[in-house]
Amino acid sequence: MNKFLKSALLSSAIAGSALLSTMASAADYVVDYDGAHASVNFKIQHLGYSWLTGRFDKFSGKFSYDAANVAASKIEMTVDTTSINSNHVERDKHLRSDDYLDVSKFGSARFVSSKVVDKGDGKLDVIGALTLHGVTKTITINAEKIGEGKDPWGGYRVGFSGTTKIGLADFGIDANLGPASTHVELAIHIEGVRQ
Amino acid sequence: MIKNTTTRYGLLTIIIHWLVALAVVGLFALGYWMVDLNYYSTWYQTAPNIHKSVGILLFTVMLVRVLARVFQQKPVPLEQHSALEKKLAHTAHYLMYVGLFIIMLSGYLISTADGRPIEVFGLIEVPALGSFVENQEDIAGEIHEYFAYGLMVLVLLHAGAALKHHFIDKDQTLNRMLGRNKDTTFKKETEENL
Repeated sequence: MNKFLKSALLSSAIAGSALLSTMASAADYVVDYDGAHASVNFKIQHLGYSWLTGRFDKFSGKFSYDAANVAASKIEMTVDTTSINSNHVERDKHLRSDDYLDVSKFGSARFVSSKVVDKGDGKLDVIGALTLHGVTKTITINAEKIGEGKDPWGGYRVGFSGTTKIGLADFGIDANLGPASTHVELAIHIEGVRQ
Repeated sequence: MIKNTTTRYGLLTIIIHWLVALAVVGLFALGYWMVDLNYYSTWYQTAPNIHKSVGILLFTVMLVRVLARVFQQKPVPLEQHSALEKKLAHTAHYLMYVGLFIIMLSGYLISTADGRPIEVFGLIEVPALGSFVENQEDIAGEIHEYFAYGLMVLVLLHAGAALKHHFIDKDQTLNRMLGRNKDTTFKKETEENL
């Protein structure tokens, strides 16, 4: 066997095993919306005196994750903005109107990660593009892995929590809710079921 | 005096007519104005409360009105009115009744979609029936808005027609609803009978 062939075989073997190991460990997950082990929550200050909380009832998402190579993780999620729920229909109706989310024009919000930074100790920064109210901005979600492993029904799951803070005006929502209420905090809890 | 005759509107009909007219125009103006109120406006909470309270009261008045209409005789149309005018007036009246009930019902369905009752001036609560369709508050909201605009078109036609009869035709149409008609038909009938 000549030298060239040997090195070619060797490198393809290395490439092959590398590919195999990636396929084996970086798994694809679907956010468990159907079983409702995920939620997209928000909170905003009311007049600076208290927190108003709410959530989006409908969303979908998928991600890939490998505990051995966290930085290679990817996630994308889509939120149905019409499903906003703050436990008061008159307010929700107003939030859906063109004073706020304008859901007849912008029926969904989307987040697509571009980069994941492994900060160690289960902590990670998920950087990506959030499209909301027709405006796309780069945001960073401070996330944390909660746990992973087999579930009792033959599947495999991993779950994360993440928070971020976005400015209403940054996304073209100009409603004046007062100086304490210019930003919304998002808290996302997701559990992925390995595919 | 209280009840209608074949030639006159009774006091009950006249009072209800103008009460409803005032409430309908007032509710429209209030609704139009309040949806754009600034969050820090002192009216931000009171205006919708007044709108809902008056709306509920209007509903009860309208129920009385429908009963009064069913159980009372109706003055016959003035003889100056053409067949077309009678038909148009009748259609407009019918559409205003139906439209008004649709608007009141849809308004109720907005505020009660999450099971919250409607408070009438903080005195009584109208219980909620909850949600019947998904995003009921949005669907009911659109119906409420578009039918309100539609009703205002009918109101303008109705008022315009009344003014036309009063100032151009110079007949008793508007006077009859103001309770000061000269009862011409009645007089004529009596004279003929004599």
